Amino acid sequence: MTIAVPPASLAADAVRPLVRIVIVGHVDHGKSTLVGRLLHETGSLPEGKLEMLKAVSARRGMPFEWSFLLDALQTERDQGITIDTTQIRFRTPSRDVVLIDAPGHAEFLRNMITGASQADGAVLIIDALEGVRDQTRRHGYLLQLLGIKQVAVVVNKMDRVEFSAARFGDISNEITAHLTSLGITPTAVIPISAREGDGVAARTDNIAWYDGPTVVEAIDKLTPAQPLDALPLRLAVQAIYKFDDRRIVAGRIESGHLRAGDDIVIMPAGKIAKIKTVEGWPVTPLAGAFGAGRSVGITLDRELFVERGDVIGHAGNAPRDTRRLRARIFWLHDQPLTAGVSVLVRLGTRETRANVVAIEKAVDPGDLASEAATEIKRNHVGEIDLSLSQPVAADPADNNPRTGRLVIEINGRIAGGGLVLSVDSGQRAATADIVPVESALLPGERAARYRHNGAVLWFTGLPGSGKTTIARALERRLFDRGGSPILLDGDTLRAGLNSDLGFSPADRAENIRRLGEIAAHLAANGHIAIVAAVSPGLADRAAARRIAGDRFREIHVATSAEVCEQRDPKGHYAKARSGGLPNFTGIGNDYQPPTASELVLDTAGLSVGEAVAQVETMLAQTDVLIEDPADLAAHI
Amino acid sequence: MDHLDALEAQSIYILREAFARLKKLALLWSLGKDSNVMIWLARKAFFGRVPFPALHVDTGKKFPEMYAFRDIYAKEWDLDLRVDPCPPIDSVDPTLPPAARSAARKTEGLKLALAKYGFDGLIAGIRRDEEATRAKERVFSPRGVEGGWDVRDQPAEFWDQFNASPPPGAHLRIHPILHWTEADIWAYTKREGIPIIPLYLSQNGKRYRSLGDQDITFPVNSNAASIDEILLELETTKVPERAGRALDHETEDAFERLRVAGYL
Repeated sequence: MTIAVPPASLAADAVRPLVRIVIVGHVDHGKSTLVGRLLHETGSLPEGKLEMLKAVSARRGMPFEWSFLLDALQTERDQGITIDTTQIRFRTPSRDVVLIDAPGHAEFLRNMITGASQADGAVLIIDALEGVRDQTRRHGYLLQLLGIKQVAVVVNKMDRVEFSAARFGDISNEITAHLTSLGITPTAVIPISAREGDGVAARTDNIAWYDGPTVVEAIDKLTPAQPLDALPLRLAVQAIYKFDDRRIVAGRIESGHLRAGDDIVIMPAGKIAKIKTVEGWPVTPLAGAFGAGRSVGITLDRELFVERGDVIGHAGNAPRDTRRLRARIFWLHDQPLTAGVSVLVRLGTRETRANVVAIEKAVDPGDLASEAATEIKRNHVGEIDLSLSQPVAADPADNNPRTGRLVIEINGRIAGGGLVLSVDSGQRAATADIVPVESALLPGERAARYRHNGAVLWFTGLPGSGKTTIARALERRLFDRGGSPILLDGDTLRAGLNSDLGFSPADRAENIRRLGEIAAHLAANGHIAIVAAVSPGLADRAAARRIAGDRFREIHVATSAEVCEQRDPKGHYAKARSGGLPNFTGIGNDYQPPTASELVLDTAGLSVGEAVAQVETMLAQTDVLIEDPADLAAHI
Repeated sequence: MDHLDALEAQSIYILREAFARLKKLALLWSLGKDSNVMIWLARKAFFGRVPFPALHVDTGKKFPEMYAFRDIYAKEWDLDLRVDPCPPIDSVDPTLPPAARSAARKTEGLKLALAKYGFDGLIAGIRRDEEATRAKERVFSPRGVEGGWDVRDQPAEFWDQFNASPPPGAHLRIHPILHWTEADIWAYTKREGIPIIPLYLSQNGKRYRSLGDQDITFPVNSNAASIDEILLELETTKVPERAGRALDHETEDAFERLRVAGYL
């Protein structure tokens, strides 16, 4: 048996959008029949197919059966069910459609997901007589989890309820409420009889009371999935090829763009390089930009260890590295997923062992009943906390659907999959493996030599307020008196340690977190870490204070915005005014001034020396500086 | 990125995944339009070279034009070509109808080649739009130790995450052009300038849509004498691609039986 349909796409009319739709719903609600009817109504059936189906039906002593068109397998025909997903093409007036027929049986949920995961939109089918069933709700839930937001609902077998508008209204309300609760707005709810053809391509007298779109019209309104080009660059490394003198990093651009000359970061290691060339065949190297979906090969300007599983992003806009993930997953394996088990996690091209640290939530999406969250049963959904044995580069699924999803493998087979809810780069995974090494020196030994205790001096304020100037003068002053001050300037660290971070709120928070960690480490070892960073967020500075504890001293350089802009030592204000620095703090007014800092300095009426003296006084009063006995004597 | 670029990029991704995740790969070359596109895609994926053998399981019954094509392009494309013969017809399940039985020789030939070389992955150029059971295929499709396809127990495959761990003795079929259509193949062949066997072009009102063995493949009525004309013909024809393949029409389930037993 053969299905041939007219070609869906010819070079000549490549402008027609191609949409992939999946037909889902409870078993026996009429998916395959609808598919058969759709192909027939859109003139997509090959010659002789109708006659052949009639013959097959007659041979089995059955009335004409549309579903035999797709349910090609003998077992499917014998049992009247769809076991596995099928893809077939047809055309609506303005779309090329790849139609994915997905099985409704609960046992074949993995096949439904296999089919639906490739779809841009979905048709959810409901039997008018039976109404909304468990599997209807489950499929709705999974569509949402798979990221499918365009869902057209068809209420089938209206002939079995005498085309009752009231019955249709009840079902329509129930399913709309369910989908809305999942964050999906149905694009249409359509009363049909797939077997008879009502509502499929034409509104018939039977449903004269209905004035919405037909199924064909509803499909014609679905749009291809949103392009991923607009997101930041993510290149999933598949392999490194060294077939000749080139060392080619091969992989697919999951989102964003790249071109030769770009500054890139290779995550999770955070190595920095420049793209030297984009390689191709038969022509190489290739010029121009390459966007999401492309499989490319690039060479780098330096010899770096890059490997399969790495993710390449642009400098300043790279994904996070983490060994700890929170994910919402659907589970397909016979054995329930429990806390404490070891699984294989695959995220893009990275593969790593992982431990299920906790099951946070478990729900049967069929009846939406929450269960005791100790395990996730087959065909159920849950939220889990994973500890990975290797670091991975990932994004939360909300930020990037491609680098924010994972699958779980058991015994070499995909057993579940889901979305990354959060990437916890702050927490180290598998804390049992990490044994911090203590300094060989006692805190008192350094304090005795430096005549100060360890501290974090956190200078915050608008760009141009004078933070760095005071911090440097203070550094000199403390060193001259025999101390061990260390300047941590925000911009300086961004050039190296933090070069993978951009200026999004999340990246800024991470920037401050790292500054805070380093400063706290220095302070714990008796040094005075002088941090000069705009650090505009109250919450971020509060986090830094938590890390350093009682060694933290906040100094607010409260110079007014007008004075700062007048000074403009780095030319940033001028550049920002002309639109060249979109995320610049100061013009954008996103600076949150401290409410309770240890010291406030306004440099408008204060010399650098006076400012440093005020800091020293504060440090002496808050037990950071240890007054010399000799000095004390001089004051007597 | 246009439609053909998208198809190409996805196929390259699949080929690279296969190469990265399986130890001993081979690419099945039937010399037809689909497997020629597939070899072309492999050369794109691996920057000009095909880093695994091209396996031709030879029934000995191909058209002379096909053998000539093989000999020229195996050399020009620098392929590591392995030609393995199929066993004689009397070693094949006698309950199969004649054409299917003839085709089943290829399954047996495949099994012998698998045993001989120990491949754990076979890259094959099948497409979903060709035939209804192929439409149900996975991209990475596990085969049993006997080469069989268990259609009732196919693993989940989504988000381009493929199952690539065949149990010992078993192998995987990898289908890098599963998502292409017949028209895509021709449009791409034209765009890339991939050579074709002239049997696909009309002579005396007939041409081959699909090339199999001489004894079980027949030409269809057509005046399409260039790729452009083939593309135009495909716009309007309702004749299925495998109409000229005798084995598809012998019994309702002949093809499914073949595929479950390991046929492509």
